[in-house]
Amino acid sequence: MSRRTWILCAPLLGALLAGLGWAGFAPIEVGSREQLFEIPQGTYARRRAGDLVEILPDTIRLTLGLNDVLLIHNLDDVPQTFGPTIMMPGQSFRLPFERAASYQFICTAHASGQLTIEVEPEPTTPWARIQWRAREWWENHKK
Amino acid sequence: MNVTLARLLLILSSAVAIAAATAAPPRLSPPDDLYKAGTLSPVMPAPEIALSGSDGKPFSMARFRGKVVLLAFGFSNCGEVCPITLATLAAARRKLGAEAADVQVAYVTVDPERDTAAQMRKFLGSFDPTFVGGVGTRAQLEAVYGSYGISVNKITNPDGSYTLGHSSSIYMIDRSGGLRAVMPYGHPADDFVHDLKILLRS
Repeated sequence: MSRRTWILCAPLLGALLAGLGWAGFAPIEVGSREQLFEIPQGTYARRRAGDLVEILPDTIRLTLGLNDVLLIHNLDDVPQTFGPTIMMPGQSFRLPFERAASYQFICTAHASGQLTIEVEPEPTTPWARIQWRAREWWENHKK
Repeated sequence: MNVTLARLLLILSSAVAIAAATAAPPRLSPPDDLYKAGTLSPVMPAPEIALSGSDGKPFSMARFRGKVVLLAFGFSNCGEVCPITLATLAAARRKLGAEAADVQVAYVTVDPERDTAAQMRKFLGSFDPTFVGGVGTRAQLEAVYGSYGISVNKITNPDGSYTLGHSSSIYMIDRSGGLRAVMPYGHPADDFVHDLKILLRS
C-alpha cells in the first residue's frame, strides 16, 4: 500500500473502528423501559364496520434491561382484552417482563385476535450490542 | 516495529479509548416498588361475582373485602396448568407467614358440568384448606368470564371425554376491592410474595 493511499484510508479506518468500538462497548441508553402502544378511539367501531384496521404489530419485540415493559393504553370506547386481562376504556395496562421468551397473548385489538411478544436477552457482549444497535437503526429508518 | 503496524495499533487503541470514554456506569435495578405482575391504571373495582362457595357460603368479592384476593380460574379435572397455579399460590402463602392470614385465594371453576362445591372443596383443600372455590350454573359463570375477559375452550377427546383450555392469569385485588394487577401464568411463588407484600402494605 502506497503512502498516499494509506494517508487517505487511515482516517476512514480509524472512524470505522471507533464507530464499532462505540457500538460494541458503550452502554445502550434508552429514554424509558416502557414500550408504549395505544388502542385508538373508534377501533372497535371501525372493525365492526368491516375496516380491518391494524393498530398493533403482530409481533412486538422487547429487550430485557432496555425496553422490557409493555404499556398499553385503551383509548377506545369499549373494553379491550389484552393478554391476561381486560382493559376498560381509558385504562392502561403495564406488563413487565423478566425472562427472555416468546409469549403468545389474546388481543382483541388485533384482527387475528393474537399477539406475539418476543422478549430477547439483554445485549451484554460487544457483538450483541452492535447487532442491537444495527437492528434499531434499521427499524427506525424503514418507518 | 513496522511503521504501518505501529499506526494500526495507534488507531485501534484510539478506538478503544473512545469507546471506554463513552462508557457510563451500569444501570441501576428498577425500583423495588414496581410490581412483578402487570398493573392496571387507574385502578377500578374488581367486577362483582355472585356464585356459591365451596365452603357453603356465598362467593363474592364483597365477602373478601378487607383481604388481598388472588382470583384465578380453573377446574378440578385439570392435569397441567391448574395444579401448578394452585401449588404456587399455596407456596406463596406459606412464605408470607403470618401475613398470609390477610390473603384469600379465590378459585372460580370453568367446568360447571363437573365441578360441584364438594368436588372443588376436596380439590382445593389438597393444596391449602383456606382456598375457596366458586361454582354455579353455566349462565352465572359466563357472566363472570365476560366481566374478567376469561376465555374457555372445550376440547373433546376421541373417547368422548373432554378437557378445557382457559385463561390462566391470576387477578390481584386489593383490600378495598380494586383490581390492581394481573400475574400471567408461570411466575414463581417469590414473585407473588413480592407483589403481595406491596398490596398488603398499601
